[in-house]
Amino acid sequence: MPNEKMTAAPGGALTTAQHLDLYYYMQLNRRLEDRLVTLFRQNKIVGGVYSSLGQEGVSIGSSYALEPRDWLAPMIRNIGALLVKGFKPRDIFTQHMAKFTSPTQGKDGTSHFGDLKVRHVVSPISMLGDLIPVMTGVAMAGRYLGQNIVAMTWIGDGGSSTGVFHEGMNFAATQRAPFVLIVENNQWAYSTPVGRQVPIKNLADRAVAYGVRSTIVDGNDVLAVYTASKAAVDDCRAGRGPVLIEVKTMRMKGHAQHDPAEYVPKAMMDFWKQQDPIARYEKFLTENKLWDAAKKSEIDARIDRELDADQKFAEESPLPPPELAEQGVYCDGCHTIEAEWRRPKKEVMPPASSEEAVWKVADFGAFKASAHPVAVPAPGVAPASVPDAASPDIEPDGAGPAKEVPLRVPFGRGPKDRSVELERRDKAAERPQHPPRHHQNKPHKRRRR
Amino acid sequence: MPEITMLEAIRQAMFEEMDRDPAVVAIGEDIGVYGGAFKATEGLLARFGHERVIETPISESAIVGAACGMSYLGLRPVAEMQFIDFIACAFNQVTNMVAKSHYRYGAPVPMVVRGPSGGGVHGGPFHSANPEMYFVHTPGLKVVYPSTAYDAKGLLKSAIRDNNPVLFFEHKFLYRRIKEEVPASDYTVPLGKAVVRREGRHITIVSYAAMAHVAMEGARLLAKEGIEPEVIDLRTLLPLDRETILDSVKKTNRLLVVHEDTRTGGIAGEIAAIVCEEAFGYLDAPISRVTALDTPVPYSPPLEERFLPNAEKVVAAARELAKY
Repeated sequence: MPNEKMTAAPGGALTTAQHLDLYYYMQLNRRLEDRLVTLFRQNKIVGGVYSSLGQEGVSIGSSYALEPRDWLAPMIRNIGALLVKGFKPRDIFTQHMAKFTSPTQGKDGTSHFGDLKVRHVVSPISMLGDLIPVMTGVAMAGRYLGQNIVAMTWIGDGGSSTGVFHEGMNFAATQRAPFVLIVENNQWAYSTPVGRQVPIKNLADRAVAYGVRSTIVDGNDVLAVYTASKAAVDDCRAGRGPVLIEVKTMRMKGHAQHDPAEYVPKAMMDFWKQQDPIARYEKFLTENKLWDAAKKSEIDARIDRELDADQKFAEESPLPPPELAEQGVYCDGCHTIEAEWRRPKKEVMPPASSEEAVWKVADFGAFKASAHPVAVPAPGVAPASVPDAASPDIEPDGAGPAKEVPLRVPFGRGPKDRSVELERRDKAAERPQHPPRHHQNKPHKRRRR
Repeated sequence: MPEITMLEAIRQAMFEEMDRDPAVVAIGEDIGVYGGAFKATEGLLARFGHERVIETPISESAIVGAACGMSYLGLRPVAEMQFIDFIACAFNQVTNMVAKSHYRYGAPVPMVVRGPSGGGVHGGPFHSANPEMYFVHTPGLKVVYPSTAYDAKGLLKSAIRDNNPVLFFEHKFLYRRIKEEVPASDYTVPLGKAVVRREGRHITIVSYAAMAHVAMEGARLLAKEGIEPEVIDLRTLLPLDRETILDSVKKTNRLLVVHEDTRTGGIAGEIAAIVCEEAFGYLDAPISRVTALDTPVPYSPPLEERFLPNAEKVVAAARELAKY
């Protein structure tokens, strides 16, 4: 599936240090999970291990486009995104080993943890799709408080079939929320191939129906993922509403450790082995002289050092005391809840907040097909900062690599891009005009078969 | 003090809380220009604007999910279910996302889900439900179900200020049928505290919401026969005020629980278990229940009448207990 067309130009705006950062996080992600597999086999993991082998470029490339003030909610295969957000390998080890020292103190496992105050991470739940409206709410609250944040979450090809995916995308779109959804198409929902889940080739096509801009990238090209994500994040921050990015990738292991994934055709697996995101990125770094063998060894040694220390910490950590089970169901004053206002509160208080309670309905009774979705400014966003959502040539701020991946702009009559429509019209115009045939008036002869 | 309806009391609580704290926002279907299906949010939009009165598509999961996300940034959203029956559509968000958040990873969710509930208005199977017990069975939630205008206002204010997710049930039969004087000043009614509506010595009748009025009516009839019931209005179902129930049972030695929820799995069973565990030695009679039937809420008036508890049924059950 990956081809030149989908591969964006390398992230030209990144510094050498940032390029190496991407490598560090991807390799850390992989080696951390390798160790989790070993620990699982040693019976030191309490629950399951959900590998993101082969998908590291997705977690790292997308989350690296966020700023510290931005919010994310990982899914089960986005441990990499947690590392980018500043969580340490020890947090992942202890979570899987159900230790008292884990971020949830053993109350939940895997990537199911978060931090509202510092890292701005919402914990996922196992039910798929629910994070889409939740992160839409995060994005809306950030806008309401004047924080200018962007919220991001992921969903798999499987999770895109849930009802709440629809509710969430539609709501995010109607609110023009600064929200980025990464649809991680890893070809398999547990044992069901994507072709048996949806009748369309590209999950991104669904964005059109929501009036949400979208793009498709090669998920095994970390720079392509980063570039598309950065453009989407910048776009959201500029007040242009949500963006959906479909990344094409492949789950290289079973659903979890217990699943040998024998249902995956060998040829498919072999094909994707050639697309390994880390191997490809290493090649890129070498070809572009962004590192040398010594630098690679240095980073790899640092990763192993950190993993050694954190694994040791986790293995030596105690399990939680049983009485902890009874604690923390309710917040009994253990948290101080205070919103961080970045705009004057009086803007949202009367009289400034008051308005005439009437609907303004445009275009009623007009049934002629519109080539553009109606661009409605979201509440709370000054119309000046909301350019026409239907404009096909969205220019991201500044001359960044974003230009390389123009967003697919939704338009009113189906999943075709406006440019495709225009191209077809041009071609039709170029065709030589045949003289009119005169058979139209003759009665049709029925063909015999 | 002016006399106001329960509906007006709820509307006032919303106004006053939104005036008091800019972190309070309202979210739901048709709550703005239209003012809500029952007009509980009428006038909010004109005063607080679209940023704080968020009108949504018909997407209950998105409403509850978005409210949860907002609360993570320190807002205090009040989500309206147009009818509380529709909370079923948001069940996963409420029970898995919202309720478990603080326990799982220390993330408080200071939000309220409120909406009209209950029968007696011929709303049929999908506009009359009392789904409170699904949520009373869910640790992490608080469940409130007031019976008076005064309590509705004070409890809703407490719910909005609480750091936990609160489900706030508003019995639609009571919306415009009861009126009482409610202070115009700021006051709250604490969550988790029941109230003794009528003192008595022969039998304890525990109830809540519309059935609290039925219990009171039954008590008045019983008093004419020389039976003096003590009537407890729970007000909050989760956390349950065990003390008030136990103290009363220890005094009267008889317990009758009346609720409009269906019988099996209703809170009467839980209360009976608590009393058996904590005060079995004080009981002079078996614990009795007067509840709705174990059926969906039927539409036609004679059917719904058969379905619902009423004062006669309360009196009959109490008479039986008084024989012991």
